[in-house]
Amino acid sequence: MHKLEDNRAWFLVIPVFVLVAFNAVVPLMTVVNYSVQDIFGPGQRAFVGVEWFREMLRDPTVQSAFLRQILFSLLVLAMQIPLGVGVALLLPRSGWKSSLAIILVAIPLLVPFNVVGTIWQVYARPEIGLFGRLINATGIDYNYTASPLAAWVTLLLMDAWHWAPLVILLAFAGLCSIPEPYYQAARIDGASRAAVFRFIELPKLRGVLTIAVLLRFMDSFMIYTEPFVVTGGGPGSSTTFLSIRLVNMAVGQFDLGPAAAFSLMYFLVILLFSYVFYTIMKLNNAR
Amino acid sequence: MDLEWMAWTTPTAVFFAVIVLLLASMTVAQVLWPTTERKGLLPMPTTRGDRLFLALIAAAFLHLGFVYATDMETFWLPFGLSVALGLLILRFG
Repeated sequence: MHKLEDNRAWFLVIPVFVLVAFNAVVPLMTVVNYSVQDIFGPGQRAFVGVEWFREMLRDPTVQSAFLRQILFSLLVLAMQIPLGVGVALLLPRSGWKSSLAIILVAIPLLVPFNVVGTIWQVYARPEIGLFGRLINATGIDYNYTASPLAAWVTLLLMDAWHWAPLVILLAFAGLCSIPEPYYQAARIDGASRAAVFRFIELPKLRGVLTIAVLLRFMDSFMIYTEPFVVTGGGPGSSTTFLSIRLVNMAVGQFDLGPAAAFSLMYFLVILLFSYVFYTIMKLNNAR
Repeated sequence: MDLEWMAWTTPTAVFFAVIVLLLASMTVAQVLWPTTERKGLLPMPTTRGDRLFLALIAAAFLHLGFVYATDMETFWLPFGLSVALGLLILRFG
């Protein structure tokens, strides 16, 4: 049957388009305008060309924040993806135990970002926090306000606590959708548990894992609230990620021009990563 | 309507006008000659819109690289390179 193409359907999209124009496109255009000017105040501004871009690109604090951000995101992925798949494999697949496990696993996802930060801020304190005291009791000198390594460990554990459940849920959904005959065939062939994982479960999980990697990468790349609450970017600048540096610049120092140039470049990097992930996902699905 | 809060400048206005023109001409092109996904020099199959997006992203990073590496205030070199690269991506990508 010939499919009718009726472009009038586009009119139905207009409300969304107007909404997005107001809350995303217009502000973004303003940021672009700000990025080429020195903003002194309302109505007082001077055109400076690409000076802010040059300054930001060559700023060592921005460069180190960028490297820190990449490292953080990679560590988050390296920890949370295997952890999520591992826990999902252990969860019961049916019955009331399954429902209970899913609810328990999902609880951290319901906690607001700043509350997660506050919980861990107290939990990991070396003098009063349960976790902090426990670690110190084992003889390891652990103080996230003084040692960069401890601060990183705290942030990574906190992020895993908060977001690994998302990976677990995605992987669990992927595992549940594998039809039973695959497992039956594996049993007939006498496949080991490892072989079942390697040749049945892992390939079938590819779709959901790509989504998990994409979501966790994007979220960790844009992380702000939790490190802001727990470490405030310190000690020194050891946990000053891109967004923290950006907010310090825009709100703390009120350098709107440089902050605008910075956020545009931040946006471009995220756009590039998103496109790469999106393309990989599309290629995966086509296969 | 007072648009002073948006802090418009001529260069940024020209920039957005060009983007709008590009999108408009892509729409017209889509109506006249609907695009199909095809595989060219790029590692994945792309539509015309994909290739335009890639050309724009490539242009952005090319300019940023130029700004980072040199102290020049004129941008005809990266601009020319971007246009050439963009056309290459659009035609053969």
